[in-house]
Amino acid sequence: MSVLSLIIKREFIAKVRNKSFIVMTFLGPLLIVGMTFLIAYLSSVNKGEVKTIGVHDRANVFVNDFKNSEDIKYVNLSGLSFDKAKDSSSNAFEGLIYVPEVQNIEELATKTTYISDDSPKMDFLMNLQKVIDTKLNKENLKKLGFDANTIEKAKIKSEVQFAKFSGEDGLKYLNEIKIGIGFAFGYLIMMFIIIYGNMVMRSVIEEKTNRIIEIIISSVKPFQLMMGKIIGTSLAGILQFLIWIILGSIIMIGATFFMGGNQEAVATSQITAEQAVVATNFMSQIQLYLHEIPLASILISFVIFFIGGYFLYSSFYAAIGAAVDSETDSQQFLMPIIMPLMLAVYVGFLTVMNDPHGTVAVVFSLIPLTSPIVMLMRIPFGVPLWQLALSVVLLYGTFIFVVWFAAKIYRVGILMYGKKPSWKELYKWLKY
Amino acid sequence: MSNILEVQNVVKQYGDYTALNNVSLQVPKGSIYGLLGPNGAGKTSLIRIINQITMPDSGLVLLDGEKLNPEHVKHIGYMPEERGLYKTMKVGEQCLYLAQLKGMPEAEAKKQLKYWFEKFEIQGWWDKKIQELSKGMAQKIQFIVTVLHQPKLLILDEPFSGFDPVNANLIKDEIIELNKKGTSVIFSTHRMESVEEMCDYIALIHKSNKLIEGKLEDVKRQHRTNTFQVGIVTNNIEGLMLQLTHKFTLNQTNFKSLNDDLKLEVHLGQYNSNELLSILTQFGQVTHFVEKIPSVNDIFIQTVSQ
Repeated sequence: MSVLSLIIKREFIAKVRNKSFIVMTFLGPLLIVGMTFLIAYLSSVNKGEVKTIGVHDRANVFVNDFKNSEDIKYVNLSGLSFDKAKDSSSNAFEGLIYVPEVQNIEELATKTTYISDDSPKMDFLMNLQKVIDTKLNKENLKKLGFDANTIEKAKIKSEVQFAKFSGEDGLKYLNEIKIGIGFAFGYLIMMFIIIYGNMVMRSVIEEKTNRIIEIIISSVKPFQLMMGKIIGTSLAGILQFLIWIILGSIIMIGATFFMGGNQEAVATSQITAEQAVVATNFMSQIQLYLHEIPLASILISFVIFFIGGYFLYSSFYAAIGAAVDSETDSQQFLMPIIMPLMLAVYVGFLTVMNDPHGTVAVVFSLIPLTSPIVMLMRIPFGVPLWQLALSVVLLYGTFIFVVWFAAKIYRVGILMYGKKPSWKELYKWLKY
Repeated sequence: MSNILEVQNVVKQYGDYTALNNVSLQVPKGSIYGLLGPNGAGKTSLIRIINQITMPDSGLVLLDGEKLNPEHVKHIGYMPEERGLYKTMKVGEQCLYLAQLKGMPEAEAKKQLKYWFEKFEIQGWWDKKIQELSKGMAQKIQFIVTVLHQPKLLILDEPFSGFDPVNANLIKDEIIELNKKGTSVIFSTHRMESVEEMCDYIALIHKSNKLIEGKLEDVKRQHRTNTFQVGIVTNNIEGLMLQLTHKFTLNQTNFKSLNDDLKLEVHLGQYNSNELLSILTQFGQVTHFVEKIPSVNDIFIQTVSQ
């Protein structure tokens, strides 16, 4: 067996045998599912709360248009004086809608006031304005000589259809699903880099503090040790993800069955929008969606970008582990690594969602430090081949450079004990 | 006799700091070679170069006549000063792993391990983790790991630090036994008494330079000061002293003796020992007449403080 595979084997076994690995592997999916249901439960609890809102409308303009809903109840306080209505509302109710008595009804468009100490909920406010708009529009139309029946007849509700230039029918919510899938994979890569990069770092520090490092590198090259560590740890991580996916699917299917296909709970779970579709039972539609989403290229890109990104960042983590004596010392060096990861996720959220092929999204999907995440978010929307190729070449080129750089730091760092190096010193090590 | 290791004009710099300045050494096959020097002299830098942990900036290292190459790690057993083991790994697995890293086939490694575990009577430790062992016990494992792959050359950096006297002795006997079987040993230490006891050859490195190298007796011969310790029972001390001071320089000294004698340290200078002896015999009974041989410790301190 070659030296590298020996190291990989040892690192893999050491990780997999670790108690926290075993616990996380089997408890992780349960925790995630548990959290999902907890969130779903909490939001349903929130729904049950009914808010009461007073209405003071002496002229009876809108009072009958406010319809009680699941979470809002309207109480007509027009019989009271305005001051009384205000007092009782501020004591007992969430707020008060005040409709002043005016000469010209159109003035109400700007004079209607909602009085409350809490800022109103978004959907409540929208509803309130909609009620006022509709009513005033109707009144205006009446004034212009249209009768109620004509107005009702003239109403049109639109529903835009989706189609492609090729003539096929488009699918609704396809974009949302694509965003969901892209984000799930991008997020997965980020999580994996942070969790397993840290593991690589910890394992380097462990060898340093155990003082076994010098014995090992009298037998193998530091580069072999570093690569063995990175690969071994990533294999452990992949195993963990596989177990998660299998366990997660079993639990999800079980839970879906148990909840009687409770769509909402499943949709909010992190196992992507695909599962939401499954749960909604549009079995025939799944075929269509699968056809629309470039699953094969997503999976292939995931593997390619995942390996490139993980190795790139792990090399950084390994170099940091070699440079410091303990995990607490690693913070100052970790910041610059976490930053691009966070940036990638935020850029992904803010730009890819709006415009997957905009300049910012394209640039960030080419920069090697952010490309594994941003590119994966873009891929469901279809990325030109040249961009994909360029991004992969840049990523792997940088990866080779960073491994070379990290190996230099690593080689010197593992034999340095007892002092916390500065950035300047790290630079000096490169020249040794 | 050929050399197991030859270091030729090795230079190593870290930035502006010169760790090794044109150092050359010859370690004869089958010897126990003491590599001495104060802290920071460059010993560890040299040892790391021999182990191919770092590369020299210039110069050449030959192992058994061949230029150092990656295959050679199989033939070197190294116990660094900063040493340890994976704390959470089981003893047996760990030994097997480290032996395999040195290129030993698994079956062969198992066989050797069995031999050593029986020898040290620690068969029960196989499935224990290092963190469950005491420090002394872990040191035994450390030694086994170093010699398991039957290296031609054993490099031990401060081998006795961390051992209690009983275990230190055990390890010392093992080193001597391995040496008798043909293993060459390089041995870096501050403990001069173990150098006196075990080493055939020594080299002294100070401030990145090699100052002394050679067979232990030769080095001592070079550093002899022509000084004799003398004991004499006489009733004419004044006459004797007068005669002696005329030719030699004298010092007070002390050594163990059963007689109530006069104890002197005499530097011969241009004269020889017989002339001293002939003067002494005129004055009384000579009870003690020994050339003062410099200890390694004396040589070390003398050379370093120069």
